[in-house]
Amino acid sequence: MARVMVVTSGKGGVGKTTSTAALGAALAQSGQTVAMIDFDVGLRNLDLVMGAERRVVFDLINVIQGQAKLAQALIRDKRLDNLFILPASQTRDKDALTEDGVAKVIEELSSNFDWVICDSPAGIGKGAVFAMQHADIAVVVTNPEISSVRDSDRIIGLLDAKTEKAKKGQSVEKYLMIARYDESRASSGDMLEVDDILEILSIPLLGVVPESQEVLRASNFGSPVTICSPKSAPAQAYNAAARRLNGEVIELTIPKEKTPLFGRIFGGRAA
Amino acid sequence: MKWFNLFKREQPSEVARDRIRILLAHERSVTGSSNLIALLRNEILLAVAKYIPVDLEQVDVNMQRGEILSTLQIDIQIPVSAKSREVAACDA
Repeated sequence: MARVMVVTSGKGGVGKTTSTAALGAALAQSGQTVAMIDFDVGLRNLDLVMGAERRVVFDLINVIQGQAKLAQALIRDKRLDNLFILPASQTRDKDALTEDGVAKVIEELSSNFDWVICDSPAGIGKGAVFAMQHADIAVVVTNPEISSVRDSDRIIGLLDAKTEKAKKGQSVEKYLMIARYDESRASSGDMLEVDDILEILSIPLLGVVPESQEVLRASNFGSPVTICSPKSAPAQAYNAAARRLNGEVIELTIPKEKTPLFGRIFGGRAA
Repeated sequence: MKWFNLFKREQPSEVARDRIRILLAHERSVTGSSNLIALLRNEILLAVAKYIPVDLEQVDVNMQRGEILSTLQIDIQIPVSAKSREVAACDA
């Protein structure tokens, strides 16, 4: 049976899809089979971030409505043959999702994969609830910014109320992923610090992804950052997070971008 | 730069932290009721399950909110076999 994980945040643009792609690829690179589902019906983007946009034939809605089999809709990654994407529909809206349909798709994927990762849409509407409903694990992506922290708090409340686990009186394992973190701005007092966010949201930390140009670069190329620039700071953070999800105990550090020697000599003070 | 700011005004991150703390304390008290129900449900079930076997599928929780008072209703179906055993134990 797979572990079902939702990547969610409430607020848009904080890095859900980037995190889904990077964690999915990192887990696949560790040898496990991974299926990622894009739940953002009408505004799909996981296919684009994964570089699979031209190979989409069928989507989640087609599978739910019986127009395609799951195996026909799953797209195998070009780089990792144990990584798959189930794209969202671009032409339909969230009303095309049904509770039974989603449950069936997740059940079928669960029996064939080690990990099922649900990329949630932004907001706290139906789409976000469908994405989290069957989760065993939730990764809440937050930026060090008050509106993002507030929305994460709402999402944590939803995870405790609307998921199948919550309805059975159990609870979803919740982890915080802080993205777009700038250590120098945090230590100079311009940005919320990791400890502040942890204290406010009080769920365990899975990783801190530093703000980095590598994330945009990777999405330009349609490749998860863990594959596109495996040595970059974000890739290190996501790889460590994936190892933690697999139960390894690793000390949590904030990876630093390696600046070239010249940059360190001349760029240090200017920044 | 940082030194001058230290005496003049609060750091931006401190302002942000205090604002979000106050806001969430308020919001959690308003919207946090669903969480409260989940907590209550769990604790009550645990207490009941100590004495009687409980099927988690056979539990129904409802909360009615009124202006003057709210009620929490929890229906737990107890299998007949468990009940008769209980009675027997009490009699003995």
